[in-house]
Amino acid sequence: MLAMFFWAFVVGGLFCVIGQLLFDVAKLTPGHTLSLMVVAGAVLDGLGLYEPLMDFAGAGATVPISSFGNSLVHGAMQEAQAHGIIGVITGMFEVTSSGISSAIIFAFIGALLFKAKG
Amino acid sequence: MIVGKASWFFENEPVIIATGVTGGPFEKNGKLAEDFDLLYDDLWMGEDSYEKAHRLLIDEACRIALEKAELTKEQVNFMIAGDLINQITPTSFAARSLAVPYFGIFGACSTSMEGLALASFLINGDGADYIVTGSASHNAAAERQFRYPTEYGGQKPPTAQWTVTGAGYAIIAKQNEKYSEKPKITAATIGKVIDMGLSDPFNMGGAMAPAAADTIETHFEETGRNHEYYDLIVTGDLGKIGRATVLDLLHSKGIHIPEEKFLDCGLMLYKEEQPVQAGASGAASSATVIYGHLLKQMNYGFYKKILCVATGALLSPMTVQQKETIPCIAHAVSIEKNS
Repeated sequence: MLAMFFWAFVVGGLFCVIGQLLFDVAKLTPGHTLSLMVVAGAVLDGLGLYEPLMDFAGAGATVPISSFGNSLVHGAMQEAQAHGIIGVITGMFEVTSSGISSAIIFAFIGALLFKAKG
Repeated sequence: MIVGKASWFFENEPVIIATGVTGGPFEKNGKLAEDFDLLYDDLWMGEDSYEKAHRLLIDEACRIALEKAELTKEQVNFMIAGDLINQITPTSFAARSLAVPYFGIFGACSTSMEGLALASFLINGDGADYIVTGSASHNAAAERQFRYPTEYGGQKPPTAQWTVTGAGYAIIAKQNEKYSEKPKITAATIGKVIDMGLSDPFNMGGAMAPAAADTIETHFEETGRNHEYYDLIVTGDLGKIGRATVLDLLHSKGIHIPEEKFLDCGLMLYKEEQPVQAGASGAASSATVIYGHLLKQMNYGFYKKILCVATGALLSPMTVQQKETIPCIAHAVSIEKNS
């Protein structure tokens, strides 16, 4: 149990270190950095590496934005196996829809209830 | 009267008869809060957008300045002013309610001194009796346009600067007996656009430093003055990095200004513990500090002759996205007071 916490902390932290380096050293914008992390997660899943990383680090690998890329590819592959080529398109959104919907819904509620303080 | 290529001596000595300085919540907690005429508790200021709040800062600064000068807006010939927002709408919208003939100018954060130099030239040459001039900026409105909306929570590097929320306006008039005690404008040097190839919008102080150094050097050359003539040389919003760079650049050109005589408005506004990274910036930085704090100090007799050098980074969000470098400018105006 404690080992799991430890590795979640280290792996999640490493994702953040990479992101910070992309900001500070490569001078990428937040938008570029975010997209790059999503693509990196997708590529890692394509190579079959993200799933083992999640087993190993738990939330350390599922919470960073790279797991969104992983979900996109994962969903597409799963549905493609079941429904053929059309499944690639439907599958992408099947697995990720909960994440996207909750982002929209919570942002909407936040915007209704609060006003930015600047 | 023109001296050299880009400097004016104002032999009729136009005077600054009154100023109006407004600010926001961050300025209220800053070092110079007492020098503001009106401070708001939050960035919205009772309006429903930051841009409208921006306009209100200008409205109020003009109103206060007119009140102090005991003038009505009908007596004012021209307004010469600007800000940082697209098409300088906050200033133009304020000019709509002020209903004074209006020159909208854009010099980014150098707008304050660009306006003061032009106003002084007009008054000096008998082109007007009273001119209201100034500049303004609003933190959240500027962040939204130039960087990211503040709600987005984008990270900022330590070289970034904090955009001042505020407006600083002054009323310039012809010299006469009534105004003999007022600070007078004796000279100005108009800067040229200088681009040293820097492209990081999060390090504007560094980018603007060469422009400031060039204008100071030109001012000394053309007017025959040197740093000993002035009690204080103050730049607009170079921040820690920019200020050090200007001192170095001038040093290498043989101009040795003592550190204590060379201040930066961007480093005067806020307290050490306020999270402003490299210092304050924005069109209101020089306007609020010069028209609020420094003119008061002159009235108390702390300073007799100051050279105000406002610096501006002439970029737009579009040029940053297209990876263009940042062209910069600086204008210098000397303000003096009879002893």
